[in-house]
Amino acid sequence: DTDSNADSEEESMSEGEMERLKEEVEEKKKIIATMRNKPWRMKRRECQAFVDKFEGALGKGKGKKFYAYKVMMTKKWIKFQRDFENFKTTCIPWERKIKEVESHFGSSVASYFIFLRWMYGMNMVLFGLTFGLVVIPEVLMGLPYGSIPRKTVPRAEQATAQDYSVLMDFNGYCKYSVLFYGYYNNQRTIGLLKFRLPLSYLMVGVGTFGYSLMVVIRTMAKNADVGGGDGDEGEFTFSWKMFTSWDYLIGNAETADNKYASITTSFKESIVDEQENQKDENIHLRRFLRVLANLMIICCLGGSGYLIFFVVKRSQEFANRDDLSWYEKNELELIMSLLGLVCPPLFETIAELEEYHPRIALKWQLGRIFALFLGNLYTFLFALFDEVNNKLEEEKSIRNASIWALKEYYANFTLHNNDSEATAPPIDPADVIRGPCWETAVGIEFVKLTVSDIQVTYLTILIGDFARAVIVRFLNYCWCWDLEATYPSYGEFDISGNVLGLVFNQGMIWMGAFYAPGLVGINVLRLLSSMYYQCWAVMATNVPHERVFKASKSNNFYMGLLLLILFLSLLPVVYTIMTLPPSFDCGPFSGKAKMFDVIMETIDLDLPAFLGTLFSYAANPGLIIPAVLLMVGDNEQYQHMSAVPVCFCVDEVSAKWHHAYSPVTPVT
Amino acid sequence: MIKTFETPPPFASQWFDPLPPPALSSGTSCRLHGRFHELAPHLVPMDYTNEPDIRLPLTLIVTMPELKENPFRNRIVEVFSEDGQGNLSFNDFVDMFSALCETAPRELKAIYAFKIYDFNGDNFLCKEDLEKTLNRLTKGELTPEEVRLVCSKAIEEADLDGDSKLSFSDFENMISKAPDFLSTFHIRI
Repeated sequence: DTDSNADSEEESMSEGEMERLKEEVEEKKKIIATMRNKPWRMKRRECQAFVDKFEGALGKGKGKKFYAYKVMMTKKWIKFQRDFENFKTTCIPWERKIKEVESHFGSSVASYFIFLRWMYGMNMVLFGLTFGLVVIPEVLMGLPYGSIPRKTVPRAEQATAQDYSVLMDFNGYCKYSVLFYGYYNNQRTIGLLKFRLPLSYLMVGVGTFGYSLMVVIRTMAKNADVGGGDGDEGEFTFSWKMFTSWDYLIGNAETADNKYASITTSFKESIVDEQENQKDENIHLRRFLRVLANLMIICCLGGSGYLIFFVVKRSQEFANRDDLSWYEKNELELIMSLLGLVCPPLFETIAELEEYHPRIALKWQLGRIFALFLGNLYTFLFALFDEVNNKLEEEKSIRNASIWALKEYYANFTLHNNDSEATAPPIDPADVIRGPCWETAVGIEFVKLTVSDIQVTYLTILIGDFARAVIVRFLNYCWCWDLEATYPSYGEFDISGNVLGLVFNQGMIWMGAFYAPGLVGINVLRLLSSMYYQCWAVMATNVPHERVFKASKSNNFYMGLLLLILFLSLLPVVYTIMTLPPSFDCGPFSGKAKMFDVIMETIDLDLPAFLGTLFSYAANPGLIIPAVLLMVGDNEQYQHMSAVPVCFCVDEVSAKWHHAYSPVTPVT
Repeated sequence: MIKTFETPPPFASQWFDPLPPPALSSGTSCRLHGRFHELAPHLVPMDYTNEPDIRLPLTLIVTMPELKENPFRNRIVEVFSEDGQGNLSFNDFVDMFSALCETAPRELKAIYAFKIYDFNGDNFLCKEDLEKTLNRLTKGELTPEEVRLVCSKAIEEADLDGDSKLSFSDFENMISKAPDFLSTFHIRI
């Protein structure tokens, strides 16, 4: 009896409760609304303190004018800052061009051009440093052409110095110009301002690396904040794809279409992953094939290294002959560039034996290309060092010969002139016996390599993309099969190939800039023309990848690569500065035992005495080793922070995967 | 505004009194009213002091630019309507955009997301619900086997109590760890 009553009471109470609660809430809301409209009350003393403090803001008292002025200036300053930010944004070059590429090809292709623009900016700064602190002072305040031996074309070469073919090889007038190390004089100070050119040359050389290091690490750190996600390692892959992949902010029909497409592809990728995991495999056969493939690739790498070594040796023999064909003169550079062109597709073909998942296969591919380029570059360097050592040997004998020749000249003069007090006029600079100047020779090699790399890249785009597009378009009318839909069709933009090319090119610039200050200028021109040329080529001759993707999170992979290349380029330069003796008759360090003696000299002569003792303490190995370890530790930290083991274009991967695994769909 | 539901399920206690949607500033309320009004200028009065009971039909709401490209637009509007048919009063309209705005709490978004993806309204995400969701996301581009594979994998990943369908707690457990959920489940108005 009571129970049923209690039950019904409970039920009715829940309804009644609801009603009461609602009423209470409505009342409270009304109270809050009225409270808001009522003025607050303050105690009198608090009021006075408040008014005194904010007199100006309240519009009363002596602080008023000053406060108003302050407010106005703050507002003006904020407006100025905003306008300046807007101005800076409009100053960014090529923004519209890149946006156009992005809208047609997606942000992964556009990211290559953004990387190119970033490189251009960094090279501009390096160019400014080199030009402003090394080249211009020498040109303006140093001795002019023809005044001293190192700045003059030797008598023997003068006949051919202006020939086009000689200039193309960077001999003749090119060799004895500001472009190369050998031109610079070793006077400690030049001009009215007492500019210390040799010191400046060394500092700029080291500063180039320091600045590049700083900029690369800063960019990596910035990317690490923004970017992030690793691939599909989560436990909720399919669930998250299903419930969090649609972006509710999309309001544009075209964007929505692209999003549907990318979601579909993303699901297909995961499905393939899942099916791969469930597949059975013959482990032994697969392992054998993989070992075989790796062996073949190691053979290729070894073969290419040996080929380069062989060609460098041949070029040393050619240097002694004069009757060379165009091919023989440029053989080394051509071979290196061709290897870079031919080997990657070869690796890709061999890699089909391995039957890896496309994502992993692409990892291996990039690693192998990296090893190829690195191996080639270092083989080239070792061969170059061989040559340098030969030149150093040669130098010893020439030095003796030139001293002997000078003595002879003076002896002859006094012999033929009866006037014993007359002093001999100096020998004409063109006739002085010249040393081999190994630094300029190294500089010339790097410049030639860069130039031939530029030529090969541009020709490849012209033939591989442009000519192909023209042929496919116009031959299609009279060909048996549909050229556009099947083979060869239009090319797609090879992002990773281009980025790697850019990274390695920069490595060569870093290595060669110390011996050829003009190289940075050449690179700036190259990047500038590359931007326009490649933008045009991509818009005119390429088709978008079959799926359009959002921007990759992989920029730090390429930055990490750049950092690695930076360190690897630093090593040869530091080695030469520290160990090899500079040439005796050319360059800003001629006459010194080691290049860094300039610093010692400056400390001794220019700086106050106590700094000298301070530096000698600082140079104690006990201090240097911990400092080096600390710096290495910092770098390691940055690398870990930014470079996830192999993260790169999810979209890039998908594009390649799509070609490999999906049925052929006609390109519309 | 505290919104209570007519038939809360017995075990999901949070459904009795869900977190209220974040309070909107007066500026935003005015703007929302403007948008509501321009959907049907003849029906929606400018003066809301008498709280008239005007409801706009689903077909009108989904023409809004923020919603028209969304594959789940019909479900979104149905979830926020009182009658479940998609007829929104101004209060429902405001609730919808405040639940989907940037500052809405994660728990609130999870609740509404669950309701949106629950096509048959049985408070469980069963295989059919998942299949419908997937087909809307991919516009029917996947083959039936692929659809089956994806749905069974999704249930396998998130189902904790082993009943081959996702309850709200399964869903919430899965969505709370998703890095993209807050940024994608967001409409700006």
